Amino acid sequence: MKFYRSHVLVCVDPECLAKGAHDILDGLQDELVYQGLIDEVQVLETSRIGGCANGPEIVVYPEGVHYVGLSVDQLPFLVEEHFLKGRVVESLLAKEVKRADEELGPPKPKEVRVVLRNCGKIDPENIEDYIAEDGYQALGKVLSEMTPEQVIEEVLASGLRGRGGAGFPTGRKWQFCRSAPGSPKYIICNADEGDPGAFMNRRVLEGDPHSVIEGMIIAAYAIGASRGYIYCRAEYPVAVRTLNIAIKQARNLGLLGDDILGSGFSFDLEVRMGAGAFVCGEETALMASIEGKRGEPRPRPPFPAVKGLWGKPTNINNVETYANVPQIILKGAQWFASMGTEKSKGTKTFAIAGDVNNTGLIEVPLGITLREVIFDIGEGIKGGKKFKAVQTGGPMGGCLPEQYLDMPVDYESLTAAGSIMGSGGMIVMDEDTCMVDIARFFMEFTQDESCGKCTPCRVGTRRILEILERICDGHGKDGDIETLEMLCQQIKATSLCGLGQGAPNPVESTLKHFRHEYEAHIYEKRCPAKVCRGLIHYRISDNVCTGCMVCARNCPVEAISGERRQVHYIDPDICIRCGICQQVCNFNAVEVY
Amino acid sequence: MLKILEKIPDTDPLAAPEQRAIIDDILERNKDVPGATMVVLSELQSRIGHISPAMQAYVAQKLRVPLSEVNGVVSFYSFFTTQPKGRYIFKFCLGTACYVRGTPQLIDKAQQVLGIKLGETTPDGQITLETCRCVGACSQAPVAMVNEDIHGRIRPNKLPQIIRRYQLKQKNGKDEA
Ligand SMILES: Cc1cc2nc3c(=O)[nH]c(=O)nc-3n(C[C@H](O)[C@H](O)[C@H](O)COP(=O)(O)O)c2cc1C
Ligand code: FES
Repeated sequence: MKFYRSHVLVCVDPECLAKGAHDILDGLQDELVYQGLIDEVQVLETSRIGGCANGPEIVVYPEGVHYVGLSVDQLPFLVEEHFLKGRVVESLLAKEVKRADEELGPPKPKEVRVVLRNCGKIDPENIEDYIAEDGYQALGKVLSEMTPEQVIEEVLASGLRGRGGAGFPTGRKWQFCRSAPGSPKYIICNADEGDPGAFMNRRVLEGDPHSVIEGMIIAAYAIGASRGYIYCRAEYPVAVRTLNIAIKQARNLGLLGDDILGSGFSFDLEVRMGAGAFVCGEETALMASIEGKRGEPRPRPPFPAVKGLWGKPTNINNVETYANVPQIILKGAQWFASMGTEKSKGTKTFAIAGDVNNTGLIEVPLGITLREVIFDIGEGIKGGKKFKAVQTGGPMGGCLPEQYLDMPVDYESLTAAGSIMGSGGMIVMDEDTCMVDIARFFMEFTQDESCGKCTPCRVGTRRILEILERICDGHGKDGDIETLEMLCQQIKATSLCGLGQGAPNPVESTLKHFRHEYEAHIYEKRCPAKVCRGLIHYRISDNVCTGCMVCARNCPVEAISGERRQVHYIDPDICIRCGICQQVCNFNAVEVY
Repeated sequence: MLKILEKIPDTDPLAAPEQRAIIDDILERNKDVPGATMVVLSELQSRIGHISPAMQAYVAQKLRVPLSEVNGVVSFYSFFTTQPKGRYIFKFCLGTACYVRGTPQLIDKAQQVLGIKLGETTPDGQITLETCRCVGACSQAPVAMVNEDIHGRIRPNKLPQIIRRYQLKQKNGKDEA
């Protein structure tokens, strides 16, 4: 093996790729060759955790120096200074305060990394890197020292619950599948991650794929499964590629395939891709999709553990659930159960997005409060605005207002508050967000993604959407709120799968916590947050406008008139209230009323 | 033999020998895979760019599944399309993070600049406008994906430049950025 004195990790997340990370990769290689350092310095691709706001960026190990905002023409200087002369280039260093910097170093005080421990630290395309971090040790321990029953016992004792949404105890699920008659048995990893605003699973798949694969092999051993599938959404091509490389490497080392590590246990794995249907995240729809059919859910029971893929007993868990397993086996159930709350053990990853200063990915022990997440880790609301609501659990979750900020984040508390844990998306909204509009947005999503198999979901969501659209357009009428409430209840009670049963949640939770906003729309024909196009008007304020023409040039419908250096005018009959003029005006001359 | 296969339109990928070879290769490699329909269709979509009615019939015949089943799958998943799309597909993210940070305005602007509506392709066959769900770059919201490239933090007034870049790229005959 070659010995390198330095390793350069180049971030190849979409964010950084968009800013030219590929050019940096190539440029670095070229420059290292040119300066005769290529045998001493190794360049690796990595998937970073969280916001790459200042990309493209690299980290140099062993020093752990983090450079950001690179451009190709800075590389010759950087390589010469850092690698030849051994001097850190101060001007390119990441700012101390940036969370992006600390993400690679020690986690934030309130963060605990279990699932994300290797992300950004190891080369996901090199199995040796994972093995160096105790990778596949848990598998060795399981195969040589533990019976399948003991594995299940350990997972049960840890209190691990499913991270894909419902939070069902993982050990119990494995028990059911193990005791179900029939063979072969199958293992599935749900990597469909369809909730908008959620990208936790993607980071793990792209940054530490072997932790998921190892967890799946252990689960297969515990259940007695011989074949596994990872169902990954088509929107994640990098994750699919990384997984395929990882599977091949594991196979080459005898960690997958026949007679794994000489134990007599055989298991193999392949990746299947989705094709852009949200409902395929639901377990029965997902299995139909792997079978090559339309991804339509079916009623449960029978549960997958009894009758799953091709009618055989099947265990299906989320990416993060599997990624926890090797650590539980290695460090023990006690260690895992020492984190979290009484009923919700361990850590959970969250993707924080929306109007918060620090967007990105975090991993925290369950039981942390929403306030700690949004204000301590997320560093509060952008632009000093006021917090209005946080949406958790994706399109089947709910919006929680300020009075819930001190609530602990765990499965039971979130459900009691009218939301759900879901897969871990958290979208923070400031005072400029209209909650009726948000409810309409989520309804549009579920309406669009409803597979159409059952009537309450297909027709009911459409009815709700129509009413919400009417309210947002300024045509709401007395009785709408009551109709919405009735529809929500009925859809919840009668839908076939979790999609329809959860679809009313965003409407119900906003009706409960922000009823006054609905009332303002319906009875006063007013959108308090000044968002809904049917209820607002734009005008240009005479004494601020400088006549720079920027708004007129950017108006998509040419509603703005006026000569250079003269006050402009918006024709209300042409204006479609898109708000572009307000966004592009450099002088804050556009007002909403 | 399915009727539609007796008279394949000249413009169909099946009528072009090179594309036909790709299609046959995909079918040959995957015909024994359990649940082959999805695997084959995904590969066809990414290699050929769309799945025409004739191609669906061809797949049904080779995999020995009813045409109705193949068609059912194609129509169910939003990634599968039955008609060719533009060379550059602009997908505006309508995930929650992007929505609250201004995707609707971007779409208005794009429609104005290109003179086409969502789901349509420019007459020169170069640019298609679409929306998509979260692409996992939420911290860059609002985000648009153009083929494999991701553009983040787009302001409506910067959008024409981005569109222009792709139009020029195709004019210079250069496909790679
Ligand atoms: C409409 C719908 C979408 C879902 N999407 C996902 C998803 O994207 N990822 C996921 O892991 N689970 C998703 N689930 C939950 C799965 O059905 C299933 O409960 C989960 O994969 C089980 O794994 P776990 O026990 O590890 O959580 C979804 C459920 C529904 C009803
Ligand atoms: S919501 Fe657009 S990238 Fe996530």
